[in-house]
Amino acid sequence: MAVRKTKHEMPEQSPKERIKNFNEVPYGYDEQTAIEEAKRCLQCKNRPCVKGCPVEIDIPDFIKQIAEGNIDKAVEVLKTKTSLPAVCGRVCPYENQCEGECTLLKIGEPVAIGRLERFLADYERKKGAKIPKKEKNTGKKVAVVGAGPAGLTCAGDLVKLGNKVTIFEALHDPGGVLMYGIPEFRLPKEIVKSEVNYISKLGVDINYDVVVGKTITVDELMEDYDAIFIGTGAGLPRWLRIPGENLDGVYSANEFLTRVNMMKAYDFPNYDTPVKIGKVVATFGAGNVAMDCARTSLRLGAEKSYIIYRRSEKEMPARNEEIHHAEEEGVIFKLLTAPVKFIGDEKGMLKEVECLKMKLGEPDESGRRRPVPIEGSNFKIKIDTALVAIGQSPNPLIPQTVKDLEIERWGNIKTDEHGRTSIPGIFAGGDIATGAATVILAMGAGKRAARTINEYLKTER
Amino acid sequence: MYKIIEKKVLSESVKLMKIKSPLVAKKALAGQFIILRIDEKGERIPLTIADYDREKGTVTIIFMEVGKTTKKLGTLKEGDSILNFAGPLGKPSEIEKFGTVVCIGGGVGIAPLYPIIRELKKAGNYVISILGARNEKLLMLEKEIQEVSDELHICTDDGSKGKKGFVSDVLQGLIDDGKKINIVWAIGPIIMMKVVANLTKKHNLKTIVSLNPIMVDGTGMCGGCRVSVGDETKFACVDGPEFDGHLVDFDNLMLRNRRFAKEEEHACHMAGVKL
Repeated sequence: MAVRKTKHEMPEQSPKERIKNFNEVPYGYDEQTAIEEAKRCLQCKNRPCVKGCPVEIDIPDFIKQIAEGNIDKAVEVLKTKTSLPAVCGRVCPYENQCEGECTLLKIGEPVAIGRLERFLADYERKKGAKIPKKEKNTGKKVAVVGAGPAGLTCAGDLVKLGNKVTIFEALHDPGGVLMYGIPEFRLPKEIVKSEVNYISKLGVDINYDVVVGKTITVDELMEDYDAIFIGTGAGLPRWLRIPGENLDGVYSANEFLTRVNMMKAYDFPNYDTPVKIGKVVATFGAGNVAMDCARTSLRLGAEKSYIIYRRSEKEMPARNEEIHHAEEEGVIFKLLTAPVKFIGDEKGMLKEVECLKMKLGEPDESGRRRPVPIEGSNFKIKIDTALVAIGQSPNPLIPQTVKDLEIERWGNIKTDEHGRTSIPGIFAGGDIATGAATVILAMGAGKRAARTINEYLKTER
Repeated sequence: MYKIIEKKVLSESVKLMKIKSPLVAKKALAGQFIILRIDEKGERIPLTIADYDREKGTVTIIFMEVGKTTKKLGTLKEGDSILNFAGPLGKPSEIEKFGTVVCIGGGVGIAPLYPIIRELKKAGNYVISILGARNEKLLMLEKEIQEVSDELHICTDDGSKGKKGFVSDVLQGLIDDGKKINIVWAIGPIIMMKVVANLTKKHNLKTIVSLNPIMVDGTGMCGGCRVSVGDETKFACVDGPEFDGHLVDFDNLMLRNRRFAKEEEHACHMAGVKL
């Protein structure tokens, strides 16, 4: 029987409907579709997909179990390598990872590995997650700073290995960027909470409202714990550094998304945190965060939602699926366009942005063609709200407050590939070490650090 | 959960609460602030620390009921709890022996000024405190501040207590008298800080102000609290809340603090509370 060349479609809310609500866009596979899709897998001996996975999930093994209808067994295989499958199954850039390596690409579309992972995670959540057996208590204590993807993964792996793990989180909710950054319609917060719940059930304690560096220092933690993992992420917003950026109406993507996602401003005044966007919103940047901003704006009632990006379509860093969804929903892409100035009215309210047209020049150090301004091409767009989504830098709170911790040029903590910092006993991973990247890379870093920490705990003292 | 150990009504709209939070109490320093959230649907609001008791593990906050959250907070009683209380945030005041320090507090700004005055006095400064309020009823911590000040001047807008007039008038008087002043601290309404900073700038008197812009996380993540200081944009939550008063763009701060005025009004209306 010939292999089907395309992925099985995943049903989703129509664009017209979904821009009126914050519900998740895709519905996910049902069991029959999942089994059919799993049967497309060739079970390659060299397992290229596994090499593409930052957390080394045994992809062909869980797919084989699905294909044979052993869903519970498939879940078990999946969960040996990831504690957050429902998250990965939704926000991973599969096309550049597992699916990007799939042999089927030679004849058509890859196996829908992401959709299958999501199917398993959702199946398990409905059924109630089984708590795996932990290894014998080692008597060692580890403090994890930050309850984002890196910290949660590291904590989950360390507790399974028999260590006592406590997470310290600055905010009032767990999840880090999964909670404050990624919108409800892409990653429902109930799913994040249930994945965190699983980690708690494994025996990890989470302390909220503890701003490490302020409420308690890393040095103080070192007195009570045998090792520390720092996963405080890239929380510091970058700015365009153009005139008018402090006008009323200009938000960082972080502020806008935190208000809407974590503080639930979309349900104001039922929830107390407000947000206001007016009729025309412009988002600057073209990564996943920018797509989230532009799509959220539509759901909050914006009549026009622009993505303004200084390079061309080819260079947009967002996942294909996000760009596709944004286009479907009516987001207007103004490419090869760079803002030069925000203009306010007499009261200081944002009313316009002045832009310049760009063209692509020679490739820069990132390998992408550098955008070059076209002189005299200035034009203005009337906007009510500007969302600046051009990236984040590592949060400086911890780097600034730990003596002798080596910091790199961009403010990130220097680590080796195993997550060791310049201070023995202190480990770091995720965006705080690499600069802003993806959820899955942070999880991979948390996983590697857990392994390193576990070895360290065995050999130290 | 963080328990309200003590509550005092300082005036109709100003309340004092001592909140049990040993971790924050242990670390708190003059000039820093906390972020609190009352309940699951609440917003996060910053409040400057008015005092702390390391032994009892309590942190004192004093707040004026100006919006939905502060009004709701004002209805809570001793023994009630709030859901989140994080801190101490921001940089502490840079306390050292300057010589003669003038500390100016306006309205509810007197509260965060109190621990600063106390620490400045402890550091060996000659402290002249100027407290101002709209009227006598809104004046707070007079006795406490008297105890840690070398001189105390009081003024009210309506003359119901102390001199009739503004804190800046009292400061002008001190300057006119030829008082040698090494540094000024001014905490209060934005307009008060602006007026004081304009006055001291003329006399080349270094002036520290404490800003209270709109914040969400309070850890440097959202940038909602950004203020223009000189040629730079600073985050009040991590770079402040205290800044050189001669460099702050107060007009931009005033504007940014009114960002959600309409929404606030609507929220209060929906919740049945009067502004």
